[in-house]
Amino acid sequence: MTSSDLTELGIKEASRLLRLGSISASDLVTAHVERIERLDSHVKAYLRFTPELWEKQADEADRRIRQGDAPPLAGIPLAVKDVLCVRGVETTAGSRILRGFKPPYTGTAVARLFEAGAVMLGVTNCDEFAMGSSTENSGYFPTRNPWDLDRVPGGSSGGSAAAVAAGEAMIALGTDTGGSIRQPAALCGVVGMKPTYGRVSRSGLIAFASSLDQIGPLTRSVDDAAVVLSLMSGLDPLDATSSDRPGMEVLNNFGGGVKGMRLGVPREYYDVKGIEAGVKSAIDAALAVLRIAGAEIVDVSLPHTDYGLAAYYIIAPAECSSNLARFDGVKYGLSEVDAPNITDEYLQTRRKGFGTEVRRRVMLGTYALSSGYYDAYYLKAQKVRTLIKRDFDEAFKHCDAIVSATSPTVAFPIGSKTQDPLSMYLCDVLTLGGNLAGLPGISVPCGTSDGLPVGLQVLGPQWGENVVLRVARAYEEASEVRAEVASVV
Amino acid sequence: MEVHVQPRTRSKMFCGCAIAELNAAPNTHVCEICLGMPGVLPVPNKAAIEACLKTALALNCEIPRHTKFDRKNYMYPDLPKGYQISQYDLPMSLNGYLVVGARTVRIRRVHLEEDTGKLIHAGDKLHKAWESYVDLNRAGVPLMEIVSEPDLRSADEARDYAMELQTLLRTLGASNADMEKGQLRAEPNISIRRAGSEELGVKTELKNINSFRALHRAILYEVERQTQVLESGGSVVQETRGWSESEQRTFSQRSKEFADDYRYFPEPDIPPLELDRAWIEELRAALPELPGARRGRLVTQYALSSSDAARIVADRSLADLFEEAAAAGAPAKQTANWIVGEIAPTGKLPSGKNLAELVRLVGDGSITRDQGREVLMESVETGRTPAEIVAEHGYAQLSDVSELRVLAEAVIDSNPKAAADFRAGRKQAMQALMADLRKRAPQANPKIANELLLKLLG
Repeated sequence: MTSSDLTELGIKEASRLLRLGSISASDLVTAHVERIERLDSHVKAYLRFTPELWEKQADEADRRIRQGDAPPLAGIPLAVKDVLCVRGVETTAGSRILRGFKPPYTGTAVARLFEAGAVMLGVTNCDEFAMGSSTENSGYFPTRNPWDLDRVPGGSSGGSAAAVAAGEAMIALGTDTGGSIRQPAALCGVVGMKPTYGRVSRSGLIAFASSLDQIGPLTRSVDDAAVVLSLMSGLDPLDATSSDRPGMEVLNNFGGGVKGMRLGVPREYYDVKGIEAGVKSAIDAALAVLRIAGAEIVDVSLPHTDYGLAAYYIIAPAECSSNLARFDGVKYGLSEVDAPNITDEYLQTRRKGFGTEVRRRVMLGTYALSSGYYDAYYLKAQKVRTLIKRDFDEAFKHCDAIVSATSPTVAFPIGSKTQDPLSMYLCDVLTLGGNLAGLPGISVPCGTSDGLPVGLQVLGPQWGENVVLRVARAYEEASEVRAEVASVV
Repeated sequence: MEVHVQPRTRSKMFCGCAIAELNAAPNTHVCEICLGMPGVLPVPNKAAIEACLKTALALNCEIPRHTKFDRKNYMYPDLPKGYQISQYDLPMSLNGYLVVGARTVRIRRVHLEEDTGKLIHAGDKLHKAWESYVDLNRAGVPLMEIVSEPDLRSADEARDYAMELQTLLRTLGASNADMEKGQLRAEPNISIRRAGSEELGVKTELKNINSFRALHRAILYEVERQTQVLESGGSVVQETRGWSESEQRTFSQRSKEFADDYRYFPEPDIPPLELDRAWIEELRAALPELPGARRGRLVTQYALSSSDAARIVADRSLADLFEEAAAAGAPAKQTANWIVGEIAPTGKLPSGKNLAELVRLVGDGSITRDQGREVLMESVETGRTPAEIVAEHGYAQLSDVSELRVLAEAVIDSNPKAAADFRAGRKQAMQALMADLRKRAPQANPKIANELLLKLLG
């Protein structure tokens, strides 16, 4: 097997070869590292690499495979978004303010994948504190879309999506606060899943907006997403919002096809303002495939969709303004200790450490929570959030899952939206509803428009991961559209 | 009055760190959670919630079905996350009261929050210090905040209220409530008004008070200060003032160096709590007899004076000791005297049965009161019964007249000057004679010995 073949494998086939002894975990790592060395100077998916970890973990995986007690992800190469803490590995949330910060702990989701045998290759780039839809807000450099290096990979988990799309990792972890897994998955032509809020522990996730953040997988198949997700999920004593609710019996329960299922197409999503014709026709084709596979496609309505973006851009900044207060230069990370007094130390540290978008959101959120404005902004946004949840509850009375485009556009040129934050915020218009309502959602590749990947989004009811995965899997199978590895150069 | 109380818990409010002793080295009782490191989450401490609910129930509060935590946002180096997790509009309890003497003090709320760390400045306060040190041992320690309505009318009432809270908290086992250790911090809000006026005046809030005496003095000082300000035509400024123990005065203090807009909002990392009714009723049913009720019962059941009852009930273990001794047959009044006079000051408690035996031995004249004190001490230290100790030391009182007569004669022979003085009418000379007698035979019955000496000298 050539090394480029090894970087195109999925979990199932790689595990089979590992167990047969045809390849070793070290071979898999080497193949990926060689590919990274060849391509990542173009893609720039990674911020840093973890050779000590990958050597240790690959050796351990090989040892256990030889012993015949290999855990489910033994030897599988993993990339981790820069917002997930890994003990001893510099973790900075894509921000200069955390330069040099090495957490003394590993977050629960990553720890569970390590226990399952995954081999960490490195830390992937992202928008600073996961705030953005293009990875251009990274405090370091923008990541490029492997399908067109002049275009963005989406964001904020753009590094993870690009790494998986370019064959620089078999699986990756991202986080999704308003679409930050699904949208880059769509733009890079891979699978990305955001679980139900509470499905995966947030312990070790550097918070952007606590009530919206979820960790999820980016992979090249629905099967792989399901495996990774099921290994991460479940109650965690370190996260009071985590849960052991059922709905994850996916591994033997989601191959049942869509025959007889009702799939709702929200007209507010289907005809969303700014949706590109090429994206729309790819979605139409996907709906046809699902119909042929036996699903009933029904019209549903999410009438408060128009208010979702506004509510999101009050709630998320409000929470972020508080979550980011701890970056004060006193305890860790960047510290402007030469300031004449503590207030100046705060101001100088934060002015120097935070990028424009982070500062914008901290200011927006601080304003929205201020005395005299709380009722008009934060409280009203929470009311809208309740209405949006009700929209989904009502829609799910008429359908089993909701399908739409993931992003109204394909990957856009680098720099084309950086001067206009509002146009950037609109990238999330089809995904952030799922975060406000806490629902599980996935993006799967559904063809291309002008040669660039388009994503199909499937949203399910709360704790309905099995429904979402079943629809996504059925589409993947019926359409014969597969996430491919971009050749890049 | 706002009173912050540290509930008795093994660990902090939102992490597993042990609670540090006051003299612990700085930053030794900390973890990534109470240090506010990136990516970590708070998980509420059930023992703290239970202590808060017990306190609230004992203060006759309503317990709402739903409660939640909120973030109080402000930046300060002693606050590692840049916000304090507290409770804002849905506290754990509301609308209670506490009877203090003749006054019923309404309780507005009892809620839970976390403590901040401690700053030590080299120099003046933070903004002027050339260097400041941060100790986060206290950061994240649970605190109950008990807020009263403005029902207290004097420094005496405020002190009595705080003392009554301390007794209540100790009785409940909800807190050790030791002021010196900062486990109970009283922050009185003080305003004055013209006699007959209904409207409350502008208030000041006092901090840094670490004893009941300081609380009393600080309020007296502040009332006097406000009176002088108003009488000299000025007006009271609403502010936080510190109490200086060394100077015995209050001084203006801006504790937070930023405007007070705390931007409260619901803590998204902790789901709202639904307080199970059955659990609340279990906690209510398990409440011990509360101090007010117990004081009343000790007065009626044992005919104690109300001051003895108050001193005994102030410490639940003393009250339990009293009742155990009484149940073992000890007479109430004498038992109370032993507890108030001898046991309470040392804080060292015998068993109820041993105390009962001791009171009986002294009461029936078997041993003297002085011997009783020694027996008590030894009994507390060794756990042996007073009867055993008395037998071993030969402490039994000497009342045999013929033996005492021999003793008395020897005393007179050895002290010819004192004997001559007494015979010459200087009655106080008897004291020297009795002292010598007690030295020779501590177990001598002093009454009989005294009579014999009088007779022999007469």
